[in-house]
Amino acid sequence: MAKKESSFVNMVVTLFVITIVAALALGGVYNVTKEPIAIAKRLKIERAIGEVLPEFDSIIETKILPEGGRDSLTFYEATKQGEMVGTAVRTYTDEGFSGRFWIMVGFVDGDIISGTSVLEHKETPGLGDKMEKKKSFNKKTGKSWSDQFNGKNPMDFTLKVTKDGGDVDAITAATISSRAFCDAAQRAYDELKNQEKLD
Amino acid sequence: MNQITNFTKGFIKDNPVFVLLLGLCPTLGVTTTAINGIGMGLATTFVLVMSNLVVSLIKNAVPDKVRIPAFIVIIASFVTIVELTMQAFTPALFEALGLFIPLIVVNCIVLGRAEAFASKNSIGSSIIDGLGMGLGFAFALGLLGAVREILGSGAILGFKFIDGDGMLVFVLAPGAFIALGYLIAIMNKFKKA
Repeated sequence: MAKKESSFVNMVVTLFVITIVAALALGGVYNVTKEPIAIAKRLKIERAIGEVLPEFDSIIETKILPEGGRDSLTFYEATKQGEMVGTAVRTYTDEGFSGRFWIMVGFVDGDIISGTSVLEHKETPGLGDKMEKKKSFNKKTGKSWSDQFNGKNPMDFTLKVTKDGGDVDAITAATISSRAFCDAAQRAYDELKNQEKLD
Repeated sequence: MNQITNFTKGFIKDNPVFVLLLGLCPTLGVTTTAINGIGMGLATTFVLVMSNLVVSLIKNAVPDKVRIPAFIVIIASFVTIVELTMQAFTPALFEALGLFIPLIVVNCIVLGRAEAFASKNSIGSSIIDGLGMGLGFAFALGLLGAVREILGSGAILGFKFIDGDGMLVFVLAPGAFIALGYLIAIMNKFKKA
């Protein structure tokens, strides 16, 4: 078959056919993968909630835009057989070393932090990413950096690094990331309190 | 050219990373661990093989003046397919590679092979070329990833063999350049011998 001539009609028709076929193929793939993607995202959220809260069997999700906030927080109220287990808050900070990152903070008994987990971040590998549980796990003590928040009530545990007069030991060489982490946790706590007042 | 050299040239003689120095952005970006490197390499391989196949199929039906946009649409479609599939079935790997998957579209090797090889050769040779080039790319990324993981995190394929941290610089961008430079030097030596 000889090469097609680059006439106007030929070019338009060729590109039209190629883009139509590509669009149809992508539409098909999108339909097939839509459900698995939704399930994978759901599982990821549920796993993150499981990390910060005790056992639960159902969750109610609400999105709340805090006053003056740039993005909404997501509250997951977890229950087990109808009894309230705790609230997990998907919260963020813009103070990170490489921009915004998202963490999940779990609260039990009203306002006691039961656990934290980093959802997505761009902090420096080897320094700021030690806020991730598995990156800063110390075999000798069996603890990670973020474990220091567990069981603390932000009412009397100031969510600031010690350098700023708070109670949080910053990660070595990653004070900015630690500060940002505290900022995100504080945002979750403030909004939790705020919601309680409204209720 | 026989099909065996057509396949093996991607590994040593014309290796996309070590010899042609194409696609360096994902090369330096994702190779913090061997698994990430191999995952990225295999995703690129799939796109290369499929786009080579399609480009070679339609090479005579596409007028010369619009061949580049046509190739880009084909490549971008396959990249999107890879992206959606990875998101659905290997979410962990997708998260690690993140931004770099859509960037396969602009990876010079893919368009380079479509333009330089697939648009001039038969379907069979084009598939083998795509496979060889893609696996050569995966091999290079895996090797670079392994070197950086061993030196930077003291681990291989996610298994830690030393307690504590490795040399942090190898996890960061400068380490990628240093490791790549030494690997290219070794490959050059190896090629001459």
